[in-house]
Amino acid sequence: MTKEKREIARRQDKAPIATAWDYAPAPEARDIVKIRERYGLFIGGKFVEPESGERYTTIDPAREEPLSEVAQAGKADVDRAVRAAHDAFANGWSNLRPSERAKYLFRIARLLQERSREFAVLESLNGGKPIRESRDVDVPLAAAHFFYYAGWADKLEYAFPNRKPRPVGVAGQIIPWNFPLLMLAWKIAPALAAGNTVVLKPAETTPLSALLFCDVLRQAELPPGVVNIVTGDGRTGAELVSHPGVDKIAFTGSTEVGKAIQRTLAGTGKRLTLELGGKAANIIFDDAPLDQAVEGIVNGIYFNQGHVCCAGSRLLVQESIYETVIAKLKRRMATLRVGDPLDKNTDVGAINSKQQLEKISALVQSGIDEGAEIYQPPCRLPERGYWFVPTVFTNVAQSYRIAQEEIFGPVLSVLTFRTPDEAVEKANNTPYGLSAGVWTEKGSRILAMAQRLRAGVVWANTYNRFDPASPFGGYKESGFGREGGRHGLEPYVVLDNP
Amino acid sequence: MATAPVLPGGFELPLEPRLPRLGSVDAVALEERAAALATRSIKREAKLFALDLAIRMMDLTTLEGADTPGKVAALSSKGIRPDPSDPNIPSVAAICVYPNLVPYALERTRGTSVKVASVATAFPSGQSSIDIKLAEVREVVEAGAHEVDMVIDRGAFLSGRYAKVYDEIVRVKEICAGRAHLKVILETGELGTYDNVRRASLLAIAGGADFIKTSTGKAATNATLPVQLCMLEAIRDVHEETGRVVGMKAAGGIRQSKQAVQFLVQVHETLGLPWLTPDRYRLGASTLLNDVLMQIRKERTGRYQNPDYFTVD
Repeated sequence: MTKEKREIARRQDKAPIATAWDYAPAPEARDIVKIRERYGLFIGGKFVEPESGERYTTIDPAREEPLSEVAQAGKADVDRAVRAAHDAFANGWSNLRPSERAKYLFRIARLLQERSREFAVLESLNGGKPIRESRDVDVPLAAAHFFYYAGWADKLEYAFPNRKPRPVGVAGQIIPWNFPLLMLAWKIAPALAAGNTVVLKPAETTPLSALLFCDVLRQAELPPGVVNIVTGDGRTGAELVSHPGVDKIAFTGSTEVGKAIQRTLAGTGKRLTLELGGKAANIIFDDAPLDQAVEGIVNGIYFNQGHVCCAGSRLLVQESIYETVIAKLKRRMATLRVGDPLDKNTDVGAINSKQQLEKISALVQSGIDEGAEIYQPPCRLPERGYWFVPTVFTNVAQSYRIAQEEIFGPVLSVLTFRTPDEAVEKANNTPYGLSAGVWTEKGSRILAMAQRLRAGVVWANTYNRFDPASPFGGYKESGFGREGGRHGLEPYVVLDNP
Repeated sequence: MATAPVLPGGFELPLEPRLPRLGSVDAVALEERAAALATRSIKREAKLFALDLAIRMMDLTTLEGADTPGKVAALSSKGIRPDPSDPNIPSVAAICVYPNLVPYALERTRGTSVKVASVATAFPSGQSSIDIKLAEVREVVEAGAHEVDMVIDRGAFLSGRYAKVYDEIVRVKEICAGRAHLKVILETGELGTYDNVRRASLLAIAGGADFIKTSTGKAATNATLPVQLCMLEAIRDVHEETGRVVGMKAAGGIRQSKQAVQFLVQVHETLGLPWLTPDRYRLGASTLLNDVLMQIRKERTGRYQNPDYFTVD
């Protein structure tokens, strides 16, 4: 053996055996987006100071650092916004040629695509969601919604054959903090396509992407007053709901607030659509493709830290495969990367707010107290910020709070079933009815289950998939009205006889 | 695992509620997961780690009609010392050649850590009689090849004659046992569905494969990320049920470092660290090596070098 070859052999023998492959941090650059120190209210096409004089600080939940000062709109501010929307409606927008309205919507969609990185970073900064999700899901879907409804703007008469659609007027829209930009798109796109004008209130904790969106509206040269954005907490929302100049309210959020809104609106003649909470069942039959089903379980509950109203928070596993599924699920959970939302390799980001973290912690504690078995994978959490380790509860009874109440966090409750009938019965045994998932190889069973599940969306062999063409909404206490698709236009048109 | 004895032959009825079972694969969800893993952003030290590993796991391959003793010798030298200017670059795992060229590869790699792998069993189509296939395997094993890459009989597989496929693997394994490592090539590009890939993987493992391998490199579609994921999941299920360790080789179409890193990330997040060793994972490639060397140089120096600085063999 030559000296050289011996040297090579020696090196090969000593080749280090891998003990860990830690992915180096891969942060998305945050300086791509410019956040102003303070924001006013976007009314009549420009930012104005709040008459209330009140402001509050919006933060980055992953670092507990302030990002900006935003306005807390009061009664007078909401009134001003509604008037601006009303003027814009009366002075042209509602009579604009439909193809012109489409033009603005197409522009907005293209601008969202062009500025997608900015929006993705801002969404992750202000909301705590992983950049992978804001980049690959939230922002592209938001743009897709504007493209989709832009297409409907001049075809409304075909959407409602033999009826004459006309716009409702001023729409007051209140959106949640879990998908700030996407929910904005779900609300604004159909409203504008149908010829309405809008006053939108983003969630208290996540106003920044809506405020950046105002800049997109400026670039798109949308006429002033067609979209107005008022920031603030629940008080601002209440002002908007009770304002007499608003013709339609669209709300996405908690069932509790939804019920309060419905009570307020009773007898006013205002239109209402509600998209509220959920406690969806994700049903795994014993013939399901197991590894893919496990991916579906993980995506169903840990996507966006479980801050998803249609999250598959109750796992129903057929008893004959229970052990295998749980073993596979636990192993998969151990590979979830929890941490900095701006890191491109992060799977689970920060909890949106301290308040939400406390709510999740309390419900998890109740699960432990009631006797469920908890599993959390080993996980290093950052010291600052709001975090919760992905959690699964086994040994859960249908009567436990964690099986009944919406947790809105990365917490899964596992139940078992024996027959399809039992699966349907357990899945439907909840006050909610937003979504469900069915995993099986058998096509006929998918159709049979979908027919019997009382849920607005039933996913088959997938979970948490969204498309602008597909209507979304709830049964029972998950709300009423549909968003997306042709159905999503209905709340925003009055249908006259021709 | 127990089965009911009174049933007619072929009607295997499991008497236990859970795995092992053949299982099924959902194509949409599988591809989605593979695509999600491919977005991992591997940088700096983590990237260098992966690139170094990629070289140590590489089966440097030449399988051309135009192969000559000279070409094989040159490739072997390249495999032993991929970058003469950098002593920190490891050798590849093996040189992979046609049967008649095994002696030349052996001669050049003698005394080094680099193994010699030979394709066999009427590679790449597998369309020949069993006797000829076995004779070929016997010949390369006797010539001293450390590893045998056999192909399965896809014709038999696709016409449902799984027993024929299985028997062939068993008989090849008998020859290899104790002398050479057996890698079984499924040629996934010809199998049509992921369900078939899973079935073929389990069939190969049952027949005695030490490694299961995606492709010959000669089909229209070679190693893809979802196919590898499907095979890794089969390996994982077997390991969890029986404790048996089976290796994985992705081959064909992996030409760039970025792809190699994606394949390794998938192994890492599916089977974990224990599979990140040349004993359990291989990358079969003919042109990947220089791109890896170039990327390593780039990570270390911050700039790309002229390709002429890397030897072409």
